[in-house]
Amino acid sequence: MSKTITIDGKTIPFEEGQTIMDAASAAGVYIPHLCHHPDYSPHGSCKLCNVSVNGRICSSCTFPAMDGQTVLSDTHELNEDRRRITQMLFVEGNHLCPGCEKSGNCQLQAVGYHLNMLDNHFPHFYASREMDASHPDVLIDHNRCIFCTLCVRASQQADGKDVFAISGRGINKHLIVNSQSGLLKDTDFEATDNAAHICPTGAILAKRQGFRVPIGRRTYDHKEIDQVSLAESGYRPNTTLIAETEQSQYDE
Amino acid sequence: MTSKIRVATTSLAGCFGCHMSFLDIDERMLKLVEVVEFDRSPINDIEHCSSNCDIGLIEGGVCNSENVHVLREFRKNCKILVAVGACAINGGLPALRNFVPLEECLAEAYLDGIGVENPQIPSDPELPLLLDKVRPLHEVVKIDYYLPGCPPSADVFWKFLTDLIAGSEPSLPYELVHYD
Amino acid sequence: MKQSIQNLAKKYDHQSTHLLQILREIQAIHHFVPEEAIDALVELLHIPRTRIISVIEFYSFLHLSPRGNYELLISDSITDHMSGKKELTHYLSKQLNVAVGSVREDGVVSLDNTSCTGLCDQGPAGLINGYPLTRLDRPRIDCIADLINQQKPLTEWPSELFQVNDNLIKSGLLLEHTIAPGEALKETFKRGLQETLAEINQSGLRGRGGAGYSTGWKWHLCYEGPEEDAFCDVDAQNQLQRYVICNADEGEPGTFKDRVLLNSFADQVFEGMTLCAVITGASKGFLYLRGEYLFLYDKLQSQLAERRQSGLLGNNILGQGFCFDIEICLGAGAYICGEESALIESLEGKPGIPRNRPPYPVTQGYLGKPTVVNNVETFLAATAIALHGGEWFAKIGTEKSKGSKILSICGDCTQPGIYEFPFGTNLKTILAECGADDVLGIQIGGPSGTFVSNQELDRTLAFEDLATGGSFIIFNSRRNILDIVHNFTHFFAHESCGFCTPCRVGTSLLAKQIDKIVEGHGSAGDVVALEELCQIIKKQSHCGLGQTAANPVLTTLERYPELYQSQLKKISYEPGFDLDGALETARRLANRNDAGAHLAQTDASGSLPIASFPPSLAVAEDHE
Repeated sequence: MSKTITIDGKTIPFEEGQTIMDAASAAGVYIPHLCHHPDYSPHGSCKLCNVSVNGRICSSCTFPAMDGQTVLSDTHELNEDRRRITQMLFVEGNHLCPGCEKSGNCQLQAVGYHLNMLDNHFPHFYASREMDASHPDVLIDHNRCIFCTLCVRASQQADGKDVFAISGRGINKHLIVNSQSGLLKDTDFEATDNAAHICPTGAILAKRQGFRVPIGRRTYDHKEIDQVSLAESGYRPNTTLIAETEQSQYDE
Repeated sequence: MTSKIRVATTSLAGCFGCHMSFLDIDERMLKLVEVVEFDRSPINDIEHCSSNCDIGLIEGGVCNSENVHVLREFRKNCKILVAVGACAINGGLPALRNFVPLEECLAEAYLDGIGVENPQIPSDPELPLLLDKVRPLHEVVKIDYYLPGCPPSADVFWKFLTDLIAGSEPSLPYELVHYD
Repeated sequence: MKQSIQNLAKKYDHQSTHLLQILREIQAIHHFVPEEAIDALVELLHIPRTRIISVIEFYSFLHLSPRGNYELLISDSITDHMSGKKELTHYLSKQLNVAVGSVREDGVVSLDNTSCTGLCDQGPAGLINGYPLTRLDRPRIDCIADLINQQKPLTEWPSELFQVNDNLIKSGLLLEHTIAPGEALKETFKRGLQETLAEINQSGLRGRGGAGYSTGWKWHLCYEGPEEDAFCDVDAQNQLQRYVICNADEGEPGTFKDRVLLNSFADQVFEGMTLCAVITGASKGFLYLRGEYLFLYDKLQSQLAERRQSGLLGNNILGQGFCFDIEICLGAGAYICGEESALIESLEGKPGIPRNRPPYPVTQGYLGKPTVVNNVETFLAATAIALHGGEWFAKIGTEKSKGSKILSICGDCTQPGIYEFPFGTNLKTILAECGADDVLGIQIGGPSGTFVSNQELDRTLAFEDLATGGSFIIFNSRRNILDIVHNFTHFFAHESCGFCTPCRVGTSLLAKQIDKIVEGHGSAGDVVALEELCQIIKKQSHCGLGQTAANPVLTTLERYPELYQSQLKKISYEPGFDLDGALETARRLANRNDAGAHLAQTDASGSLPIASFPPSLAVAEDHE
């Protein structure tokens, strides 16, 4: 008999070695996240995917699924906290959507929509951050970096390079690149690298692509992030069985 | 009809785009004015809020001292104050100047910029002074509701106002929430 | 320079695990890490330069730009503030003609603040090129300023400037009797390893760092190793590489007991590590010594050398065939490295960022191998237990907290210093011993612990009541609680590693919010907002730092809600920034100072009746 956990009352099977996030995604249950990507090793830093596991808060992207776990994710309380954490990311950097080419394709924005975030709530930090447009094909706008390390991991794990790293401590964290000049153009980075296409926000953008797809016709203008994310992690709605049991106690 | 809901609107450091979008409610405006009366607003050129406004809709962020005075007038006179659009909510595009020191901004505009004649930084008590940073409204006064978007669509205004008028807690469904 | 970097890399076997140690040495020579050194290390250690830069930028004591030849740091602990730190720093800055946070133009001296240096019983304290300066006052500062201006080498400075006292005031179970080197090991070999582990289990010893995990059980789990190795045969089991780490990264403000234990009882600590090694099968140990305790380094090294000489470390310990040695690694100014998995990362030559758990260090620790990490005091106690037996230890203390606890007592009392008390001792007794009266409250366990008020003095020192890693800071009634909270909150914002969002952004937001309230700009909703923020940081953060960073606010808010409320204006809202100050640049440039060139911080708009929030529109019936 296969092992199972329950998430918000749904019984979900898992295989040994899967995280709660893996098991949830495979079963078509979306847990909000920004630093997680199914192709790369989990990181556990954005904390949007925090869930309650038998009453304890854990990052679902790093915490292993274990038989019999009772997981709560889509609760009012957790979603409120997720909204606040997303707002923290918005005030920490300088996220001015109307002027950003990523708008409409941005996961940070889409998570905000998903969580019905209408404002930034906290006072802004007005961080003074630079832009690196030195590379012929790709630019870095540090204003939009949320330190998810997906570019760091993609460069290491998929491209076999070491272009990026997160440096600094606390609120002074920043993205650095592997060149003496500190500029992207002097690294071995190429526009075809996986790391060039993994950024969930508009911090790493391909040049000369601006407005190819008009605002209003972009990914999250049509689809909610839960559907996009589940499709990306390979979930096909009709092929996975979800046993729905004892759901009533979790209904709001 | 003495008890119409009084709505005041203004644009601070904004582009009036939110106002234009509001007007895009088109013929629904006729329905709206059955229950709403406009107070201070660029729509009617009334210059100051009367003391009993119900709803204040403000687009644009706070970039100078005059914005602070207008914002305070709205806060003082409106029961419900609403930050409308990206600029009111996080400073928006005008806040791009936050990354350039004010001194440099003014020098570029009035002293060193191309085509500047008779270079001098204006000094006239009639002119509002610039704040060192463009601020969202909620960092200056208490804000009750936020309507995101650049601009928020006409449907956002309609949904929000009809919710309020119906006496229910306003909410925006997923498809109406946009930051761009 | 290249040659010296090559020599340095060679000294550390070109191991990137020793990157932090190498960078510390470079910093000590050049007072920063020069570009050339980074280039050389890229080649010599075969690591990307991003790795080197991220380590330099993580640790407070490493720099990419030059500091002064005399790097002067003044401790920012609350006790330093209570003994006049602010005024003294100002004076020092004037005498040396250097602003806090900067390097003097001639490059001779730099001045900055640093987190608690572990000298709270002899503050105000500081560090100069890593070495402690104690009992700072104006005459001492005059003297220091002269020495710096004459550019006298530190070796020629009067030794009393660097004098660090033990101030061991009250000894108990552990500190009353010293144990001769090797005594406990001999007893262990006589009794048997498993039998000694049983004694440690029987003693009920729990980790002294504060978390209180069972020491015997931790050692047992490390011996077992990861699940996949649990059922391999005994020989294979014995082949597993394991590590023993002594956590001497005593960074919790107000704690300094480990400094004293390592100064006067180091042999007993090393012996505890060796015991752990022979029991768990580890062959390598590390003492992770916080950078602030650099002054202990040479002395500890010579004690290790003596132990090797006496056959207590090395290839055949006491002729029993066990192989174990200890290496001392220094930290470089990062509180977070007291967290065990961050400490392990740091030992591996990386930024001290806490790992995701599971796996836990006992199964996958240093370099992925089973690792025991214990506090200095835990190893000290283990040695005593190995010698005297579990029963000897367990008969003292309470049901759930056996034995004694060594406290670092500082703040408002006549005799600050080191005290050992049996668990279960109440606060009244402790306060009487150290000469504290007119007590307002006590911060127990440091900023990450609990603030207890003078109404709770019957509470006891115990895991089940007031747990502490050793920090015990006393405040008398002249102290302002909000000043204390302000200091602690900024401490956490400074020390957050920045890995996870709620702690990275949250602790800085919390510092802003506390500033707003303390500076008198708080209004009706601000305490509610403060508490909400605290709960998010506490609940959602990745590690113990974030999970406890809001404790200073939460534990005082719980006890003194009226204190916070009284700080708030009776208005609905006030900006959190200085509105009029925000016009200053424009005023200056426009050369204006008329009434219209100023803004009041609040006006009538902020004085709306608070009760009207959250707002609702009273809708007249005829709208329906």
